[in-house]
Amino acid sequence: MSSLSDLQFELIATVVKVAVLIGSLLGIFSGMTYVERRVLAFMQFRLGPNRTGPFGLLQPVADGIKLFFKEEVMPEGANALAFYAAPLLSVVAALMAIAVVPYGPPFSLFGRTLQLQIANVDVGVLYIFAITSLGVYGVVLAGWAANSKYSLLGGLRSSAQMFSYELSLGMSWVGVIMIAGSFRMNDIVDHQAGWFFRHWNLVLQFPAFVIYFIAATAEVSRTPFDLPEGEAELVAGFHTEYSSMKFALIQMAEYINMITVAVLCTNLFLGGWHSGLPGILPESHPIFGFVYFTVKVAALLFVFIWLRGTLPRFRYDQLMDFGWKRLIPVAALNILVTAGLLAFRG
Amino acid sequence: METVTAIVFYVLAGAAVAAALVMITQKSPIGSAFALIVVLCSLSAIYGLLGSPFIAALQIVVYAGAVMVLFLFVIMLLNVRSEEPGPSRGGPLGLTALGLCALLLAQVASVLLRARIDVVASYDASSARVAQELFSPRFLYAFEATSVLILAALVGAIALAKKEL
Repeated sequence: MSSLSDLQFELIATVVKVAVLIGSLLGIFSGMTYVERRVLAFMQFRLGPNRTGPFGLLQPVADGIKLFFKEEVMPEGANALAFYAAPLLSVVAALMAIAVVPYGPPFSLFGRTLQLQIANVDVGVLYIFAITSLGVYGVVLAGWAANSKYSLLGGLRSSAQMFSYELSLGMSWVGVIMIAGSFRMNDIVDHQAGWFFRHWNLVLQFPAFVIYFIAATAEVSRTPFDLPEGEAELVAGFHTEYSSMKFALIQMAEYINMITVAVLCTNLFLGGWHSGLPGILPESHPIFGFVYFTVKVAALLFVFIWLRGTLPRFRYDQLMDFGWKRLIPVAALNILVTAGLLAFRG
Repeated sequence: METVTAIVFYVLAGAAVAAALVMITQKSPIGSAFALIVVLCSLSAIYGLLGSPFIAALQIVVYAGAVMVLFLFVIMLLNVRSEEPGPSRGGPLGLTALGLCALLLAQVASVLLRARIDVVASYDASSARVAQELFSPRFLYAFEATSVLILAALVGAIALAKKEL
C-alpha cells in the first residue's frame, strides 16, 4: 500500500467516504420513512404499514417504485427552471451540511490515520450555519415556482419560520464555541471527553441545549413547528404541486436535514463519540466510538418522531412570538452568562 | 495541484461573471435575486480557494443567508411584477447611457491593465492595517468615491420607493 502517495490516498479515501456517506444517508432516509410511520402508528394504537414484506419492512421499496412510476405534473404557468431546480437545491444543501461533522474517533488504516469525517474544516460550525441558511432557498423557490397560492403562502411561511429560528439556533452554538475555544467540530467533540458526562455541553450548556433542540425542530419544520405543511389550511404548503420523484426529493431533503440536526446535536451537546465513561468502555476504539455516536443520533431521531406523535401544532402568531420574544432573549442571556463565567474563571 | 486550483478558480469565476450577467439582463426580479445568490456563492467559494474559509463562511451567512432572504421576502411580499418592455431605446437618453457605458468600460480596462496581480500573496490583512491603508493617500480617493456611490444608491432607492415625498 506504500506505493500510494499521500495525495492519492487522501483522494481515494475522500471519494470512498463521500460515496459511503451519501449511500447510507439514502438508506437511513428510506428506513426513517418506515420507522416514522410504524412508531407513530404504535403511539396512536394503530399498526401502520405491515403488509409489504415481513413486518412491512419492504414498504419504503414499494413507495420508491410507486413514486418512480407516478406521472410528473407541472402546473400551468409555473417557472419550469425554478420548479425543477428547487428540490435539487434542497437536497444539495442538505447533503453539503453533513460533510464536516465527525462520526467517530480517527483510526488507522494501512498505517495512515483516517478521520471518520469528509472534511475537517477550521470553521466547521460556521460552515454548517452557512449551508443551512442556504437550505431556505429550496423552500422559497419551490413555493414561488409552482405558481399556486397554497405553495406561495407555504413558502413564505416556511422561510419566515426558518429565518426567525435560525437566529436562536446560531446563538445557541455560541456558548459551546466559547467553551471549546474553537469552531472546529473535532475540537468541540474532544473537549467533551471525560468522566461522568461532566464535560458534556448538555451539562455545561443546558439552556443552550434546550434552545438548540427547539430551534432545530423549527428549522427542519417538524411538529409542533410544521406550519409550512399545515394541511388544514395550506394543503401541503410549499410542496403542494410537487409529484413523483420531485416530491420524493423534497421529502429526502427534509429527512436528511433532520438527520443533520440530530448529528449536530450529538456532536455539540452530547459528547459526539465519547461515552462519558472512559476507561470502562473503550471509546477510543473506532467501532465503539461509532456505536455510541449512532445510538445517540438514533435516540434523537426517535425523540423527533415522539414529538410528532404527542404535540399539536403551533398557531402562526404564537410561533413568531415564541421565536422572537422568548428564545432569542434566553439565548442572548445564555451567551452573556457563559462569557461572564469564562472571563471570571480566567 | 496548482492546475487543479486554477481550473476550479476559472470555473467559479466564470460562474460568477455569467450569473452577474444573468442578474442584470433578467426581467423577473426573482430570477435576478437568485442569480445574485449564485454570484455570492461563487465568490464565497473563491474566498475558500484563496485559503480564507472564515471569510467564505461569513460571505454566505451574511449575504447569501441573511441579506438575500430579506430581498426575496420584499420581492415576494410586494409581489413585484416582471419589467415591462420600456420605451424605445434610442434618443438622447440612449446615447448618454452608451457614452457612460463606454466611460465605465474604459475605466475598468485601465484599472485591469495597470493592476499588479502579485499583491495578494504577501499581504498582512489585519483589520487595523486595512483601515490604515484605506485612509492613506493611495486609496483615499477610491474609498471616498465608493462612499459617495453608496450614498447615491441610498438616495436613489428612497426616491424610487417613495413616489410622493
